[in-house]
Amino acid sequence: MGTATTNPNVNYLTEFSGVKSWLLSLDHKRIGLMYMIAILFFFLIGGLMAMLIRLELFSPGPTLFSADTYNQVLTYHGAIMVFMVIVPGIPAILGNFFLPLQIGAADVAFPKLNLASWYVFMFGAILAFSTLFTTKIDTGWTFYTPYSIKTGTAVITMVLAAFIMGMSSILTGLNFIVTVHKLRAPGMTIYRMPLFVWSLYSTAIIQVLATPVLGITLLLLVAERVLGIGIFDPKLGGDPVLFQHFFWFYSHPAVYIMILPAMGIISELISAFSRKTIFGYRAIAYSSLGIAAVSFIVWGHHMFVSGQSEIAGVIFSFITMLVGVPTAIKMFNWLATLYKGSVSFESPMLYALGFLFLFAIGGVTGIMLATLGVDVHFHDTYFVVAHFHYVMVGGTLMAIMGGFYYWFPKMFGKMYDESLARITFVLIFIGFNVTFFPQFILGAMGMPRRYFDYIPAYESLNKISTVGSWMISAGFFLALYVIIRGITSGEKAPANPWGAKTLEWQTPSPPPHFNFDKKPVVTGGPYDYT
Amino acid sequence: MFWLNFANAQSFMPTQGTLIAERVDSLYSFLLISSLIACIILIGGMIYFVVKYRRKSENDKTPNITHNHFLEFLWSFIPLVLFLFMFAWGWHVYHDMRKMPENALEIHIFGKQWAWEVQYKSGAATSNLVVVPINTDVKLIMTSKDVLHSFYVPSFRIKQDTVPGRYSTLWFNSNKLGEFHIFCTEYCGTQHSGMIGTLKVVTQQEFDAWLEEESKVSTLPLADRGAKIFQVKACASCHSVADANVKVGPALWQQWGQQRKTSGGAMALNEEYTRESILNPNAKVVAGYNSNIMPSFQGQLSEIELAALIEYIKGLK
Repeated sequence: MGTATTNPNVNYLTEFSGVKSWLLSLDHKRIGLMYMIAILFFFLIGGLMAMLIRLELFSPGPTLFSADTYNQVLTYHGAIMVFMVIVPGIPAILGNFFLPLQIGAADVAFPKLNLASWYVFMFGAILAFSTLFTTKIDTGWTFYTPYSIKTGTAVITMVLAAFIMGMSSILTGLNFIVTVHKLRAPGMTIYRMPLFVWSLYSTAIIQVLATPVLGITLLLLVAERVLGIGIFDPKLGGDPVLFQHFFWFYSHPAVYIMILPAMGIISELISAFSRKTIFGYRAIAYSSLGIAAVSFIVWGHHMFVSGQSEIAGVIFSFITMLVGVPTAIKMFNWLATLYKGSVSFESPMLYALGFLFLFAIGGVTGIMLATLGVDVHFHDTYFVVAHFHYVMVGGTLMAIMGGFYYWFPKMFGKMYDESLARITFVLIFIGFNVTFFPQFILGAMGMPRRYFDYIPAYESLNKISTVGSWMISAGFFLALYVIIRGITSGEKAPANPWGAKTLEWQTPSPPPHFNFDKKPVVTGGPYDYT
Repeated sequence: MFWLNFANAQSFMPTQGTLIAERVDSLYSFLLISSLIACIILIGGMIYFVVKYRRKSENDKTPNITHNHFLEFLWSFIPLVLFLFMFAWGWHVYHDMRKMPENALEIHIFGKQWAWEVQYKSGAATSNLVVVPINTDVKLIMTSKDVLHSFYVPSFRIKQDTVPGRYSTLWFNSNKLGEFHIFCTEYCGTQHSGMIGTLKVVTQQEFDAWLEEESKVSTLPLADRGAKIFQVKACASCHSVADANVKVGPALWQQWGQQRKTSGGAMALNEEYTRESILNPNAKVVAGYNSNIMPSFQGQLSEIELAALIEYIKGLK
């Protein structure tokens, strides 16, 4: 399919130069890199907040700062990591870059809208960070009423920022849906699309349908604060629990915005590094859509002890159990793909295997939390904190790292240092388990989340957890070094260093401005290794 | 045996204080053992495959296995049956947690920033202390005075949010004497993690005696009554009375008559200023402290209770 370029030195990185050629670029690849730089920066700040949280919890009592500061730090950690890192992370960076390449398109359907999404996102992010220099916000990333109505005014700014970033998310989702429908290369039938594309498509549907509900909810919260309309404030006849319903109606599907693209990456990695056709292609593709659909009707499992009726709790518990099935199907499909494969252990694959390990634990603990009688005890304890970090960090972040190393040669035309990259995996993987596994036990022992201080019985496990956080951050700083060194002085990468079969590997590394020198014509499936 | 022991929920769950707690733990043990087996299959299978099928040469041939209907049916159906079984068991336990007993000892609980106020029908009132008799059905009728809180007793495996503007309920029947932690598990601001109470299970005789004693507060001398109110209204969680340590608000120990800088000018701590600070705390905030921290007690205290508080603070030496 791909042919040699007429001039191998001209690619999307070198064809134009200057700051303006980046800030006004309509190239999905450059926009993807612009997202990457911004999100890496946000991740650094969110990560430093996490380090501070763990340092404060190293010992009971005030260690580093006051309770008020701690509450602010945990709020910023959550809000930054959710709204600015994990939700946009995979779609905006790797999705932007590789969705058009994987379906053989020259760009996304609406390149100008794509650039506009980046500016909207950056505007929201700057607005969010501006609160750091005013009164700060201490509501937790969930903005639960009535606390968020009573506390400092920065809530309004932060909520508007989340609203604006949500807008960017909607635009990106819309762009992806249209791109998948209209811009596939000749021969790229829907069942020849790579599973990463399927997962991005499912994600985009959730982004477009669920994010407006968050927008409306956040605007109502602003109206409540500014105008006192009495929707959530019990003093005015409102109902604070209504806010939780609205909030989770978005934020539960948002969990799948975070994890589905990660699952897509894992499908790519496992197939590529086993040099084997993915097992159960259609089952994986449709389970993505299935998860996306069911994700809209499970929000009440965040509210088992909030005061919703018993029957509501029972229904939500039941439907939540059903989400477990397509997730289990994916796990078994990945295992079956390894069977009789030719498995190699470059760092992207190590991250993919790390994902399977951590996601298995995140999955079974999710089933425990879906079980009503047991959830009452675990609800809002460190068990929940551990569970969602296993899924969001152990899952999504492992997939981002794996995907990032996998596509690094394509993005920059250089190879990274493989042995250093393997060390980053070892540090992050072990550090992650040391940090978060003790938190399951802390939760079982009853330690509530969002606690600035704790009783002495919880001290030793908290100490272990804090030590683990140092290992994780060492791993991420080393990864940053690997990336920078790879970009500046890595060896030149071949077009297809892994021997993978999807379309993005059939064009030069880095790709030319319009991705393919000659419009590709697709004649086979994405994982045709035989 | 190690794994069985590890999977025994009791090995790291808190003491079981009720029958419900034992039932929760049985369910949890089942979930834990199933989870361990699932992880051994998934993670063990993964490790086995990647070792066995590691790349031997660059020219390895891999078979083109696209799907297998029987296997796919099995690994969808077996998890489904297991999940539905867990769901039903979880529902069963939850239903009994939520089914309120009749003729229970009813106690009113008010969550507030940052204490639990406890009101008995006899008139007895405490703060951060719930005393109940052993082997008795107890029903808590709960609401909040400000933001969301959540009443959680780890040893009883029960938890319920308290929501301003509505009542929520919780019940338990403890079969174990002793003291158990009450935690707040819904984030409520500065002192969220300090909102810790004690649930004390005593014998019926001890309970009757305690309740009678606590109900006699209105016959006490004024300052003693003030001391009681100071505890019940949880003033002590922010103002220290036995030393000069600053908690959230200024200490009150040895302060009577002392001059202080406030947002409304220099003030001596006298009857008038104390009254105003209780009813309208933001009027004159002591320099160095934030406003909008202390809630107003306007409408919550009678004149005689205000006088009692003032007499108590006057006597803090």
